[in-house]
Amino acid sequence: MTTKARMAALAAGTAIWAAGASAQQVEIEYWQYFFDARVDAMEQLIASFEEANPDITVTMTTFPYADYRTKVAAAIPAGEGPDVVQLFYGWLNDYIEAGLIQPLPADAFPADRIDADFFPMVQAMKVDGEYWALPTAVRSLALFYNERLFEAAGIDGPPETLDELVEVAAQLTERDGAGNITQVGLTAGMTAQDHHWFREVLVRQFGGQPYADETAREVAYDSDAGRQALEFYVGLTEGEDAVSSIGFMDEPQAAFKAGRAGMHIDGSFRIGSLADTRGLNWGVAELPAGPDGTRSNYSSYWVNAITTKAEGERYDAAVKFMEYVTSDEAMQVWLDVVGELPAKPSVGMTDENANDPVYGPFIRGLEYANTTQFVNESAQREQMVQMVERITLEGQSVADSLTQAAQGEQAILDEANATN
Amino acid sequence: MFANLTIRQKQIAWAWAFLALPVLFYGVIRFYPTGNAILISFQDWNLLGSRTWAGWENYAKLWNDPVFWKVFVNTFEYLLIGTPLSLLISFVIAYHLDKVRFMHGFLRMLYFLPFMTSAVAMAWVWRWFYQPVPSGLFNKLLASVGIPQIEFLNSTTNALPAVLAPAIWAGLGFQIIIFMAGLRAIPTTYYEAARVDGVGWWTQLTQITIPLLRPTIVFIVVFSSIGFLRIFDHVFNMTTNNPGGPLDSTKPLVLMIYQTAFTSFDMGYAAAQTVVLFLILLIVSLAQLWILRSD
Repeated sequence: MTTKARMAALAAGTAIWAAGASAQQVEIEYWQYFFDARVDAMEQLIASFEEANPDITVTMTTFPYADYRTKVAAAIPAGEGPDVVQLFYGWLNDYIEAGLIQPLPADAFPADRIDADFFPMVQAMKVDGEYWALPTAVRSLALFYNERLFEAAGIDGPPETLDELVEVAAQLTERDGAGNITQVGLTAGMTAQDHHWFREVLVRQFGGQPYADETAREVAYDSDAGRQALEFYVGLTEGEDAVSSIGFMDEPQAAFKAGRAGMHIDGSFRIGSLADTRGLNWGVAELPAGPDGTRSNYSSYWVNAITTKAEGERYDAAVKFMEYVTSDEAMQVWLDVVGELPAKPSVGMTDENANDPVYGPFIRGLEYANTTQFVNESAQREQMVQMVERITLEGQSVADSLTQAAQGEQAILDEANATN
Repeated sequence: MFANLTIRQKQIAWAWAFLALPVLFYGVIRFYPTGNAILISFQDWNLLGSRTWAGWENYAKLWNDPVFWKVFVNTFEYLLIGTPLSLLISFVIAYHLDKVRFMHGFLRMLYFLPFMTSAVAMAWVWRWFYQPVPSGLFNKLLASVGIPQIEFLNSTTNALPAVLAPAIWAGLGFQIIIFMAGLRAIPTTYYEAARVDGVGWWTQLTQITIPLLRPTIVFIVVFSSIGFLRIFDHVFNMTTNNPGGPLDSTKPLVLMIYQTAFTSFDMGYAAAQTVVLFLILLIVSLAQLWILRSD
């Protein structure tokens, strides 16, 4: 055999081997927005997944948060985008409407099993009896408190009820000679997490409902309960005995970080940045219970879904990948790396996780958490912000301002209903 | 074939050859998106789905939107306070700086520095200046001498001027430089003649300096008007928690467009607002050119 012929045979052999390999090897693409810890966690998950499924390769692409939605929208219809995509739970309807994602297969993800396995607020991802997306991790709210300030004021522990909250906050509030607040007992501001606290927690604790049903297309907080909740909230910042001040030190979390706030309601995503703050000793407690002992919480989450681009063997691989990223193992990785809470009680409510001094209060809060099905979160938040501003800056009555906010939010919901 | 053309035709051919690049550039980068934006303003589009025809719906919605009218008034407040005030301050500074010999270059640099600073950084620093005690510089100074607190940003009446102040300050350096160039361009012989005739400084200012600065003034007025009509960075960065707040009292049209497009994803409505902004800019610029025309 001449050298040339031998080379040709070798080349042919390689080509056949390569063709055989590529027929088995499936490559799927995964997209998420860029956030250091999330990318780290996903890289670990992909590595373990590829080890268990050597015939599947997962490529992750990330985009800056600001561009994410535009990129996804442009790419999928062009057949260029991801097979599995991460999206905010509030975007689900838009994605379904636009035909960008497909429902999860009922054999691998039976609805009744998911209903039973996941924390209840995940049911927001079920449309017409089918699940379209599932989270790996969820977030909830809790009460952060400054241990050093508690000690200095001689307070034993975090407040258990709203009455205690106000009492403790009053002890922690400090003023200068002119009566200006220089340290707040509790941070306040609808621009941060307080609009969730008001809607899903306070309104329910005063005996009301934020919306008529869980689809949240009809505002129901313009009620006696809503007025009481709003009076309670505004009462924190108004009058001689105010325990808080809106806009104090610019942002609530900044005041808490600077040690100028006794207590602060925030999401589990804040843990990371507070943990890195030197000289700040803080603890976490469940949100205070309402006057009749009602507990509530707000949960939000990012979900993963299979896009309409995934077909054939890529679809099968995408289903396998979805199964893995919603497994118990993946959730524990996500908790350890990102600090976001597991979406299933089987992982979250383990003794170790549920009694963790930092994550515990958030995880326990998930059991009674609600999710608001926003149609436009920032516009709906703005209604809450302006509701309080009309009272504090323009002297409007609580009842009138609440009614105006309810009408404003209903208009946003109606418009979304009309287009969907 | 080229050889058969007349000289005139050759000149035209060459002119087009050189113009091809800018024409292509403007066509693709400027005119195509502009036309597309006008088209989108008659459609419904949320970025994800398909575009559907909406007719004049977006414009009707705009007409009936109380927030739009609030924003419309705000935009003109920025213009009507910002432009004359910055024009006056920059002229006074340039007029006097022109006469100063001592450390002239250094002083000029000091005035020009804010123009080179990033608007975002500047807005954040001013935002912190404006905070109430214990973190705000201005209120801390007031508190230390026993004067009650002023709510700068958390007020529906004070917030707009408070946001506008750093924006004026930032644009000052540029206007001063342009004014000084204009002042230098006036021949000194006019002033010499005026002094020989025994004319006072006021008459010199009103009869010689200002009339001869007319082209400079036209340029600065048009330029700064467009700037104030498009104000965004300062407002957005000083009110990020509640963009354009409190109660929309600082929201300019550009910020409303941004929110409609990129937080509400209502592209059609945002495009309709953009078309309105374009028309406002066009009318204001043409009106100013007409009023200040040199004849």
